[in-house]
Amino acid sequence: MLEFLKYLDRRIIFIFIFLSTAIPLLFDIGLPIGSTKPVRDVYDHIEKLPPGSKVLVSCDYDPGSMPELFPMNIAVFKHLFDRGMKVYTTELWPAAPPLVENAWRETGGAMGKKYGTDFVNLGFKSGGEVVIVRMGTSIPELYPEDYYGTRISKIPMMEGIRDIQSFDFIMNISAGYPGTREWVQQIVSRYNMDLASGCTAVSAPEYYAYHQSGQILGLLGGMKSAAEYEKLTGIPSENPPIKARAMKGMDAQSMAHLVIVIFIIIGNVVYFLERKEQKDKR
Amino acid sequence: MKREIPLAITAIFGIFMVAQLFIPHYLVQDISGRLQDWAVVIVAFAYILGVANIIKINSGVICRRGQDWEYKIVMLIALVIMMLSGILLGKDPDDSLPIFDFMYNSMYVPMQSTMFALLAFFIASAAFRAFRARTTEAILLLVTATIVMIGRVSLGEFIWERLPDITEWIMNYPNNAGKRGIKIGASLGAISIGLKVILGIEKSYLGGD
Amino acid sequence: MLEILITWIAAFFTLCIFSFLYKDNPIYKFAEHVFVGVSFGYGFVLQYYNVFLPNVWNRMPWEDGGSLFTLIPLILGLLMLTRIFPDIGWISRWPLAVMIGSYAGLQIIGNAQGDLIEQVRANFLPLWTDTFSETIGNWFLVFGTITTLVFFFFSKEHKGVIGHTARVGIWVLMISFGASFGYTVMARVSLLIGRLQFLLEDCLHLM
Repeated sequence: MLEFLKYLDRRIIFIFIFLSTAIPLLFDIGLPIGSTKPVRDVYDHIEKLPPGSKVLVSCDYDPGSMPELFPMNIAVFKHLFDRGMKVYTTELWPAAPPLVENAWRETGGAMGKKYGTDFVNLGFKSGGEVVIVRMGTSIPELYPEDYYGTRISKIPMMEGIRDIQSFDFIMNISAGYPGTREWVQQIVSRYNMDLASGCTAVSAPEYYAYHQSGQILGLLGGMKSAAEYEKLTGIPSENPPIKARAMKGMDAQSMAHLVIVIFIIIGNVVYFLERKEQKDKR
Repeated sequence: MKREIPLAITAIFGIFMVAQLFIPHYLVQDISGRLQDWAVVIVAFAYILGVANIIKINSGVICRRGQDWEYKIVMLIALVIMMLSGILLGKDPDDSLPIFDFMYNSMYVPMQSTMFALLAFFIASAAFRAFRARTTEAILLLVTATIVMIGRVSLGEFIWERLPDITEWIMNYPNNAGKRGIKIGASLGAISIGLKVILGIEKSYLGGD
Repeated sequence: MLEILITWIAAFFTLCIFSFLYKDNPIYKFAEHVFVGVSFGYGFVLQYYNVFLPNVWNRMPWEDGGSLFTLIPLILGLLMLTRIFPDIGWISRWPLAVMIGSYAGLQIIGNAQGDLIEQVRANFLPLWTDTFSETIGNWFLVFGTITTLVFFFFSKEHKGVIGHTARVGIWVLMISFGASFGYTVMARVSLLIGRLQFLLEDCLHLM
């Protein structure tokens, strides 16, 4: 038995991971989903913003982190549109614009909001922090057209948008570089602006330091936070029809973690038994 | 020409990026902004260089029937279809022939997502094999990882309602202490490298000659 | 109809990539190469529509509101492509220098005021507060950060007091890495959940 566990084929582990994720997706367990302070901080800040505030959502992610960040994107958009905000989006990752379009269609578009008066997608620009810094001095110079090639002078809600300080709040949905770190370094420090971050779970431990220092107002880290935010913003909803993608995955997430922890325990038991065996032999 | 001009360009761009913060005069702001506009365009061309390199290297492999040359043909076909469909037929689904959008949704999205999803299996396997409580350091790592893994998901809340709070405490204090130490150290390193690059002391990016 | 076709082609490529879990195989290799081609093609098109057209082409001197200055990044950008030709490849150092210089300058500013100053400032915390957990936490933050920094200080040999402090620094780092590992597991599992949701819900309608 010890030998079997010691040389356990990794594909057996793979099967367990697959089953522990797939089964809870098919059969709902209904584990509780509470909300943590960094998530509530984001929610509360948006709640406090007066309707009509100009909010920049920088969607810096791609399909590689979609299961974590797309539900977050949807929930944030829904919250902002529910509160009657003007939403502007930019993307620093090339694969993000179509995802943002989908998020807009599912939320604002379905809620009867109008492109150009309630929402505008300024599109993608290459250059990471260079783009971020340039937004600090001139948005019309950097974004002469929106994602669809329309001159921004012809878009009603772009009137009065000069630079980053024209916005009341920035929400960054970040999958890594360029993302929250660059927004904090180049915008929050220079212009003392309000920024919140929605990021992948991989980046979250690093950004906790920004939350503690007050450089970001709130933090949504990974799918669990997305699920918390979905719950806070009334997702799933029927009007507009929005699925609770992150909340649905929480049972599977719990079970997969449990299986990984069990494997770690088994690995350690094997290690200690092996060590004992070697000691006995000596 | 080969070294002096690039070093001068680096210094000029670097100095203006720094000066923009300290000198609010409109001339400095205007020049810095313009230089940033140029940098945005040049970064885009760097991407085009990447595409050109892909074509050059892989067509070379195909011509000399190198390893996996059949797959390289597939790669180049996919690349050309994507580029031509996007530029000639338009990138938006509302256009008459949404091939670009079709390929993005049916190929790019699922494959990129799945590539990263594979890591779930490998991280589990690696945890089973490598996570051993051999030393004090390893025990600390192991215990923290386990608490966070369980405490940060719904299961933790189900087991004990205080567990999410404990996890948050770990993230806010001990985790932050380590991350802050790394951040402070890394920022000092980045500042010194930045200065060395602008002053022309660090010039390995120029390559040989 | 198009939606169904997209879903099934996406499912096919998802399974192609998952087949790597068994072992490296021709189906995986095929999908992998399609992916590289599609992603580079996609990036090229995005750069064309989002950067080249609005920021270069539509700002040429002959366009309304255009400027002669736009020719400079265009020329520098084209010079970048000289890297493909070994004889004149050195010219590409000029546009490369633009990128290196810009990022070096921005890194200095960003790291100094965004990370260094703010993170040091945030570590000045009261060591006695109303709540026990916060008091302990603040001790952890203040002294944990210092010990971590001592560990990274290699100009002095890690012996005696410095050695002991550095050892505590390693412990703090290990806790921090443990937290990062826990979160990384969470991230990877989330991505798997996303793909399984796609296969079970969008393809097979089992959810």
